[in-house]
Amino acid sequence: MMATVNLVMALLLLTTLVAGLWRVLRGPTPADRMLAAQLFGTTAVASLLLLAQASGTAALRDVALVFALLAAVTVVAFVRRAWKGARE
Amino acid sequence: MSITEVLATALLCLGAFFFVAGTVGLLRFPDVYTRLHALTKADNVGLGLVVAGLALQAPSPAVAGKLVLIWLLVVVASATACHLVAQAAMRRGIVPWKR
Repeated sequence: MMATVNLVMALLLLTTLVAGLWRVLRGPTPADRMLAAQLFGTTAVASLLLLAQASGTAALRDVALVFALLAAVTVVAFVRRAWKGARE
Repeated sequence: MSITEVLATALLCLGAFFFVAGTVGLLRFPDVYTRLHALTKADNVGLGLVVAGLALQAPSPAVAGKLVLIWLLVVVASATACHLVAQAAMRRGIVPWKR
């Protein structure tokens, strides 16, 4: 019963992720695309945790942890490196 | 369904609602700063509620603690990241949206 609930929730989160792709496509600034990517990171963490519970695979929680770490590093790298020309 | 399961389902639904609201905000809001606002709600509250719902079903207290730690990491990371993005946007001269 709870496994079904968790799976449905994970599916719902993945649907919002697909909807968020529209913002990546449109932009208009690189920061908007990056924000969408950051939301994807958090959504991925949530759905991985749901899948870990639903399927009883404990390792997926570690995957979620790595996703959370990588999302943080990605945004910092984006601001410091990729979005250049900001410096006066 | 036991009372714990009902509670867990309710928390998961509420969390998913925040994720949907955050995505809608990301799609509909006019500029970077307002989108940041929508995004942080989904990041912090949405994931927090999902984690709370999952912690209720967790097989052991250790797993529940791990879930909470993942949430804390995401909260700290997203707060920092949002400050960085907003600061960078400000420095680039992106003007905050006015009606």
